[in-house]
Order: sequence, then C-alpha cells, then structure tokens
Amino acid sequence: MNTATRPAPQAAFVAPKDLRPQEPAPVSNRGIYGWSRAHLFGSVGQVLLTLLGILVVYVTIPPLLKFFIFDAVWSGAGRDACLPEKIGRPVGACWPFIYAKFNQILYGFYPESERWRVNVVYFLGAALLAPLLFPKVPYKRLNALAFFGVYPVVCFVLLTGGNLSFNNFLLGGTGLENIAGSFAGLRLSYWVQFIIVTGIACGIAALAAPVFGGSRRGAVNGTLSAFGILALVLLAMDLDFGLQEVETRQWGGLLVTLVIAVTGIVVSLPLGILLALGRRSNLPLVKISSIVFIEFWRGVPLITVLFFATYMLPLFLPGRFTIDGLLRALVGVALFASAYMAEVVRGGLQAIPKGQYEGAQAMGLRSGLMMRLVILPQALKLVIPGIVNNFIGLFKDTTLVLIVSIFDLLGILRASFTDPSWATPTTLFTGFGFAGLVYFVFCLIPKIRSSPKSRRPRRPSRWNWSASTNGTAISMCCEISTSP
Amino acid sequence: MTDARWSEPAPTRRRWSWTDPALRSAVIQIALGIALIWLAWSFFANAQANLARQGIASGFGFLDNSAGFGITQTLIPYSESMSYGRAFLVGLLNTLLVAFLGIILATILGFLVGVARLSENVVIKALASAYVEVTRNLPPLFQILFWYLAVLAAMPNPRQSWGFGLQPLFNFLADSFAGIGLAPVSSMFRALAGDVAGPSVFVNNRGLVVPRPVFESGFVWVVVAFFVAIVASFLIARWAKARQLATGQQFPVFWTGFGLIVGLPIVACFALGVPVTLETPHLQGFNFVGGIRVIPEFVSLLLALSIYTAGFIAEIVRAGILAVSKGQTEAAKSLGLRSGPTLRLVVIPQAMRVIVPPLTSQYLNITKNSTLGVAVGYPDLFAIFAGTTLNQTGQAIEIIAITMAVYLAISILTSALMGWYNKRVALVER
Repeated sequence: MNTATRPAPQAAFVAPKDLRPQEPAPVSNRGIYGWSRAHLFGSVGQVLLTLLGILVVYVTIPPLLKFFIFDAVWSGAGRDACLPEKIGRPVGACWPFIYAKFNQILYGFYPESERWRVNVVYFLGAALLAPLLFPKVPYKRLNALAFFGVYPVVCFVLLTGGNLSFNNFLLGGTGLENIAGSFAGLRLSYWVQFIIVTGIACGIAALAAPVFGGSRRGAVNGTLSAFGILALVLLAMDLDFGLQEVETRQWGGLLVTLVIAVTGIVVSLPLGILLALGRRSNLPLVKISSIVFIEFWRGVPLITVLFFATYMLPLFLPGRFTIDGLLRALVGVALFASAYMAEVVRGGLQAIPKGQYEGAQAMGLRSGLMMRLVILPQALKLVIPGIVNNFIGLFKDTTLVLIVSIFDLLGILRASFTDPSWATPTTLFTGFGFAGLVYFVFCLIPKIRSSPKSRRPRRPSRWNWSASTNGTAISMCCEISTSP
Repeated sequence: MTDARWSEPAPTRRRWSWTDPALRSAVIQIALGIALIWLAWSFFANAQANLARQGIASGFGFLDNSAGFGITQTLIPYSESMSYGRAFLVGLLNTLLVAFLGIILATILGFLVGVARLSENVVIKALASAYVEVTRNLPPLFQILFWYLAVLAAMPNPRQSWGFGLQPLFNFLADSFAGIGLAPVSSMFRALAGDVAGPSVFVNNRGLVVPRPVFESGFVWVVVAFFVAIVASFLIARWAKARQLATGQQFPVFWTGFGLIVGLPIVACFALGVPVTLETPHLQGFNFVGGIRVIPEFVSLLLALSIYTAGFIAEIVRAGILAVSKGQTEAAKSLGLRSGPTLRLVVIPQAMRVIVPPLTSQYLNITKNSTLGVAVGYPDLFAIFAGTTLNQTGQAIEIIAITMAVYLAISILTSALMGWYNKRVALVER
C-alpha cells in the first residue's frame, strides 16, 4: 500500500500526492452500453416497455409514411387519378385533391381578380410579424405599432374594399344627419358630427382633468390626439380607394382563420390589460364589473358565445344596425379572448413584487403612470409565454366558426369533402392530413420563439417566491384553459 | 415656544380638493355605473323593439310546449310529444354523460402519458412527447370531425360488422399458435372458441353495439351489498387509523377495502344465482336488434375529447411530479421508506397540490368542449337547445341565456368545489 510513502502526518490531514488515480466508471455505466442499460434494457420491465414502444412505432410510422408519401398520388387532373382500380395500384393520399382546392383553402370564395389583395395582406403580415419575433431586430416599438396599429386598418381596407360611407357619428337623430354633400366617399354629415363630438369630448376632458391629477391643457391635447388618430383610422375606412367591395360571405379558408385569430389577439390584448387592471382596482364597482365580465366569458363555452353574438347580439342593437356575419363572430371571439387574456395579464401583475409598486409611488408617480412605466412593462414581459399560449388556443378555437356557417380552413375542407368530382376512398384522410399539418405548423411557430423563455426555470428569489408561484400557477391555468 | 411648535396642529376641516382620491373614485364609479345602466337599458329597449318588430314571443312558456323532434340518444324516456323542458333534460344528461366519461378516460390516459414522459426509457418518452405535441396542437373540432368523418364512417356496414368477443379472440389465438407451429395449443383454443357464444360487441358505421344487462328483481341485493361494502371499508379505515395512532400497528386497509367492495357484490351475485342476464345483440335484416347501440357521434366526441384533453393532463401531471423536489424523495429514503410508500405518502400528495388546480380547469374544458358535438350532431344540451329548439321557436334570448347559465353554473360549481378542495390540501404557511 502507499501508506509507506506518505509523508509524516503534519498538524492537519493533507491529502497525499500519490492518491490512486480516479478509475473510470464500470463498463455497465458508461458508453453506449451504459446508456442503453439506463434507457432501454435495464430490467425485464424496461425491455418489455422498449419492445412495446418499438411495436407502437412500427405500427404507426411506416403506414403513415406509406400513405402520405410512398403510395400517394402526386399529380393528376381529377378523381380518376386517385382511384386504385383506375391506376392499378394501392393509393395513399390523393394530393391532386389538395392542389385543386388550394385556392379555396387560401382564399375561400374571394373573387379571383381581387386575390392579390389577400396576398398583400398575407405578405405584409409575415413581413411585420417575423421581425417582432426575433429579439435582436431593432425598432421594436415602431414595428409593434405598425403591426398592432396600422396593419389591422390596412387589412380592413384591403380585404373589404373600404369606402364604408359613414353617415352618423353618435349624434344620429339630432337633425345633423341631413347635412348634404360628400367628397370621395366621405359624407359631410358624418364629419361635422365627428368634429362636434370631438369638441364635447375635449370639454369633458378639460373638466375632469384635475380630478385625475392632470392639467387641463394636457387633457385637451391628449383627447385631441386620440380623436386625431381615430379620425385617421375612420378616414382610411371611409375614403374611396377605388377597390371593389368584397363581402365577408366570400371570404373563407385560411384567410378567415387568420383574420379571426389576429383580430382576437389584437383586440384582446388592450382589453385584457384593462380588465386585469380593473380586477385589481380598489374601486368596488370597477372591480366587481371586471370580475363578473371575466368570469362570465370564461365560464361559458366559446360556441355559446358565438351563438350569442350571432343570434342574440343583433336583437340587442338598434334595429337600423345590420351586422355582418363575420363581424358578429369577431365580436364574440374578441369578448371571449379578452377575458382569458385578462387572467393571463393578472398572473403577471400578481408576480410583480409589492416593492415595485411602493417604489413607483415613492417616486411620486400617479397610478396611471406607475402602471404604464413601471408595472406593466415588467408584468407583460413575464406573461409572454402565457400570451403566446393564449394565441395558440385562439388559433385552434377559430375552427368553431364553422358551426355558425363561416367557412374557415376546416369548414372549406369539410365542404370540399362533399364534392362528388373528388370522391375517392382517400380524399378524407388526405384532407385531414393536410389540415392537420397546417394547424400543427401554425401552432408550433409561436412556440419556437417563446419556448426557451418558458422552459428556463425561473429562479425563485426570496421576495417573489409566493407571488411568482401564484402568478405562474394562475397564468398556467389560463394558458391551458383557453378553449370554448 | 418649543412646546407650541411640536404640539399637534389643530384638526382642520378637510378642504375640498380637485385631486381628492375620494372624489376621483366617486367620479370614476359614477361614470362607469351610468355607462353600465345605459348599456343595459339600451339592450333591453332594443331587444323589446326588435322582438316586437319580428313578432317573436318572449318568456319561458315555450318550455311546456311539445318539442316535436326526436333525439337519437336518450338516457331517460323521451318521445317527440314531450315538452321542450324534457328535451332540455335529455340534452343535459347527454352532456353530463359524455363529460363524465371523457373526464375519466382523459384522466387515465393523461396520467399514463404524463408518467411515460418522465420515463427513463427513451422510446416510451419519445412516444409520449410525440403524443402530447400532436394532440395538443390539433384543434378539438378537427379531431372530432376526423374521428367522425374519416374513421367511424369508414367502418363496415352493419351486415359486415366487426365482431368482438371471446370467440373471435380464441379463434385469433388459435390461428396465431397454428402459425408458429404449436398445434396442440392451437387446437385447445379452437375447442374453446367452439364452446363460447359468438361475438357480443359489434362495430359498424352506425356505431357500437354492446350487450344490454337485464336486471332481475334479486339484483337489488347486489347493489345493497356494494353499498354495505363501501360503508364497511370506511369503518375499517377509521378503526385502522385509530389503532395505528394508538399502537403503531398497521393494517392493509386498501386491499381489505378493495376486496370488500369488489368481492362482496360478486359473492352476493352468485349467492342469488346471478340475477342478471346479458341480452346480446344479433343481426336482423339490415340492423342489429337487442343490446345497446352507442351512436357514432358519441363515440367520436368521446374519443376526440379524451385524446385531446389527455395531452394537456399529461403535461400537468409531468409538471406536478417535477415540482416535487428531489430532496423530498431522498429524505423519505433516508427515513427508511420503501419506494411504494415514498410515492404514496410523500411524492403524490405534494404533486397533487400542483396538479389539482389546472386539472380542474381541464375537467371544465371537457365539459365546455362537449358542445362541439353539435358539429357532428351529438344531441347534447347545446345541440338540442341552442340548435334545434332555437331553430323551432326562434326565442334566441331565452334559449341562449338558459344554455349559457347552465354551463356557467357547472363552471362555478366545479370551481367552488375545487377551491374548497384546494384550500384543504394547500400548504399551510406560517
């Protein structure tokens, strides 16, 4: 033994220099053998599980590949190309069916000559959204403003054709609607009313400003700029750009799916933030009405909300309003989505430690400024994964509009299954395979960006342990419960 | 002088101020109140005017009118001449049935997949991950339509139904053993197949046909035995706990209870000479008579809901188990607990604390998602009431309000129950 060569013990124990070198781990614990022992064949149970797993893979993957790729028909002009008795071999997926229906899947029944407008919308959306998803790209504020503020208006004008020719702005029935005269699709009566309402709003703002701790001049300026922005939006909708009008009944396919999903997210974010703030407010009426609103929409299935918007809402509005079918569905989805968004945002607000609120107050910030400058930026950053999950849920929920006879992606496919000129034994599976792939990819894209953040375990520090666990638990509940 | 400087200032009347928080809150709340009242009033006035204009009746009197439509799946007796109220009840029961079964199936499947995702075995782990990713990212309505239109519609017609039962199973086994050259075993199974009755469960494109149990009068006692067993196990559990607290001796409560609850009804059943017979379905003409027919709408809805939700439950279970820190397991081991008790007494109770709240919202989701059955025509509450009844009577406000109220009530009730449970199991912080 090496005790003999060890130097005489000193005051304390010192490890000898010639300790035996560390030995490698036993063969059974390292290398491929060790790995497969740990992960594949460690015990009889493990072996059985592995075999079971391989069996499952064997009975699912090869037939799927065979059906969708090797046996599939890739080209052809009609039903005959996909009939096994016509082409003399087993037939898998019938891809010509998808080619034939591809335009419908993308555009629905949008008139062919106007489809460039949909393409512009798709392209603009992708071009604005892509840089938003990568944190490194600069001009985030401008980009977000373009996507959440300008893009929806542009989409609206492009897709519907704009030129709404508004007649009344809140003051209908006061005689103002009789003012004649119009220019480029703009009616004088409407814009006169608009200016009057702006004046009244400025007056009210000036009157109420001191109550909220602001100056009268600031309030008037703020109101004016808000109305200015509103005027720009309305002007864009009102102006005649010479685009042909396309009714929403002609929309369909992926276009409707994306319109509903994007509208849902764009409307629900600000509304959800407001509701979340309202729910945490100290004012009893504000708090109670927020809670009732949120819990009501979260407690009912989305499809009842859509029915509510389709059948009940028109009864609640003055008789002279006739709302477009898609718009009704959009209203329903927006109400529903904002209730869920409110709960996600609330999770973030609860995760912000009390010190942040107190610090902001100590700096002398008013509650509005405190929220805007200190709390919300942190809270929203915390709940990005939740928002993304919400969006995915919303995207999946858009399929429900087919029940109220709006042809979204799934609705168009379902309708084309009944097309007798494509009735083959494999049409259904091909259609479902394709639609499944589209939904799968669209649900996965947002996750790619948000997942590193959401997977990184957040280190619980002392001050926010209970708050943050509480918050994430709540946001988790909301994330996974976004559904009808 | 100094005293005067430090004396408390004389209480002054609070001066009126623009920036008084009380004034601010009053202004906001009054403005909100006025807006809400105005909104409610205008909804009410508009609704009245619109209903009058369109000549739609209002009120809940229609519930007593004869419904006049048939329902394909009824758990309680129902005929076309019965009232809308009765149809409502039928629909509610159908909703509860599919939700209840869906919850059970999704929980079982979800727990299995969730545990499989934590498995050491890479194949199982990868399969479970693939399951979760695929099922969670396909919309539930997509899955319902897939099962209904693509899978169930591709089943054979009733005359060529797939039969399941002991006979086909024995035949299959006999064929397999013959295939690998074990002739004696094969002939044994062949003989067995000849002894038992033909298939009793059939699958075809009109759904699933299963035997119907016909209960005779003596069956009451089997039910009584079942309840007696439950009460007895409960008492035994109390006694065992008291004894353990007093003496430290343990008693196999679980197995005793299990034996009682399963065994006692079986014993009673045989003692009474099996007071239940199975009415097996058989083909007559183009369809089956006898047995219970489970409609394909129900099957597709149930399959889609449980498979979809199981993906979410799997993630919840995984997160719950991962949330129990490793130190807990190690501490249990160092106390000398074996792996079974460690799991049962240490890991699972703590994991449940994390699992239960999101699990509740998944259960609610199943209930709410069951409304999607309307897309394939499953006669749930929503399809019967907001679908057919709304079409027939046109009373949108009452009908949608009732429908929403039912789902809201289910949601609130479940949340309240789970809140109560959660409070019971929640960590008591000091």
